[in-house]
Amino acid sequence: MASLDINDVTKFYALRDGQRFEALGCVNLSIGEGEFVSIVGPSGCGKSSLLRIVAGLEEPSGGEVVFDGIAVAGPSSRRGMVFQEYALPPWKTVAQNVELGLKFRGVPPKERAQIAQRYITLVGLQGFEHRYPRELSGGMRQRCALARTLANDPDLLLMDEPFAAVDAQTREILQEELLKIWGGHLTPQRRKMVLFVTHSIDEAIFLSDRVVVMSSRPGIIKEVFTNPLPRPRADESRSSPVFLEARDHLWGQLKSETLKAISQAVED
Amino acid sequence: MRRWRRLLSLLALLSIWQAVAGYVLPSRSPDAATLLPPPTAVVGAFIDLLKNGVILSDAAASLHRIVIGFALAAAAGILAGAVMGWWPAIGRLVDPLVEFLRPIPPMAWIPLGLLWFGIGDAQNIFIIFLGAVYPIVINTYTGVRGVERTLVWAAQTLGGRRWQILCEIVLPGAFPLILTGLRIGLGVGWMALVAAELVGASSGLGFLIEDSRNLLFTERVLLGMVVIGLLGFLMDQVMRVAQRRLVAWAER
Repeated sequence: MASLDINDVTKFYALRDGQRFEALGCVNLSIGEGEFVSIVGPSGCGKSSLLRIVAGLEEPSGGEVVFDGIAVAGPSSRRGMVFQEYALPPWKTVAQNVELGLKFRGVPPKERAQIAQRYITLVGLQGFEHRYPRELSGGMRQRCALARTLANDPDLLLMDEPFAAVDAQTREILQEELLKIWGGHLTPQRRKMVLFVTHSIDEAIFLSDRVVVMSSRPGIIKEVFTNPLPRPRADESRSSPVFLEARDHLWGQLKSETLKAISQAVED
Repeated sequence: MRRWRRLLSLLALLSIWQAVAGYVLPSRSPDAATLLPPPTAVVGAFIDLLKNGVILSDAAASLHRIVIGFALAAAAGILAGAVMGWWPAIGRLVDPLVEFLRPIPPMAWIPLGLLWFGIGDAQNIFIIFLGAVYPIVINTYTGVRGVERTLVWAAQTLGGRRWQILCEIVLPGAFPLILTGLRIGLGVGWMALVAAELVGASSGLGFLIEDSRNLLFTERVLLGMVVIGLLGFLMDQVMRVAQRRLVAWAER
């Protein structure tokens, strides 16, 4: 039974002039089993920083992240992460990339190849096993990165604006594929926990069970919105009245924060 | 066409050299002719030394030393650069030392090398090592530090341990710069070797030059210089090809 609790997490950086740069205020959030939670917020609100803290890549300045009853002290393969920039080493083929986590964990080569093949097929990259990342489109690269993370079978999937760098059409297709892979049609017990950071309100509504709205810097949680959009979701969901209502509401919440973030950026 | 033009400039140089050294200088004085023999005399010296095997054994001696010295410098340089770059605490400790020693030209070590190792291979290899090692350390260090942060993050969240990430992500990612360091190191090492052989060897191309100068065989001095230049050029070409082949992924 996996669980994630973010307790009073704060983050600030020391600036050269001795001042503090506050990235995150005080964040509290719990994610239940099989839950898909998105975080939306204006640029610079610390949402990516929060995700890295949950991953164990950054230490919080205060508070703690508790995963499965244990305080997070560093990165772990049980908390897999997908990055906006794909983070695929260009000298490794698709198959080598997908096998990487298994190799790190000491899975023997033969088994490694079998598992990798299964996930390559799952994300629709069969036939591209021996291609290098530069030979793939942005959408295919992100599929490869997703397969690599899933091959480790993590309990928690952290996604940092994974579809921000692909075009709008590909983005919608990838969202649908992600839901299919995650198991939008399954019972929550059979799904992984997902924490998904995005700029896009539409993406958050289409994907998640709950949407967390963050304030401009220093980021605190402004609202946790429980998404009434029924599952399973498909293309039609995007034009349903429930979807549009949710979008209006979230945009109302986010607009004032975005305006604040813009004026902050001007000041900086 | 461009290749043609480059050959043309070389040909022009050779003709002027031949004209000056073959006709102008001998008509002035016999001493001047000794100072600069014509290309034909250099070719003659080449044929002579090829027949008695001197040029081959001297080239072999020099190559033997550069191979050993360069291999040692590559091993030590990559290791030191990787450790300094991947464990910043060690890097901060060692960096001032490297920065202090680096500006000392390898040639400045020759007297000390002679005291420590005497005349011969050990001294020459020591000087090659000192010439080659710094570019390799610095480039490896820079390469390791420059590996994309998200690649390391991704590897960490995939469960990689620190040394696994070093082997799978950081060293391959730094490889283009490591190869650049090796190429520069080989060039500097070759120059350092010739300098070391001028004063501290009884074989090798540097020794051939110095020995021929003592005997006033100027055409052999020039021959030695040409062979040193050619071998250096060839080694650099080999490194260039290796660079292109091995890091094709780094090209956009």
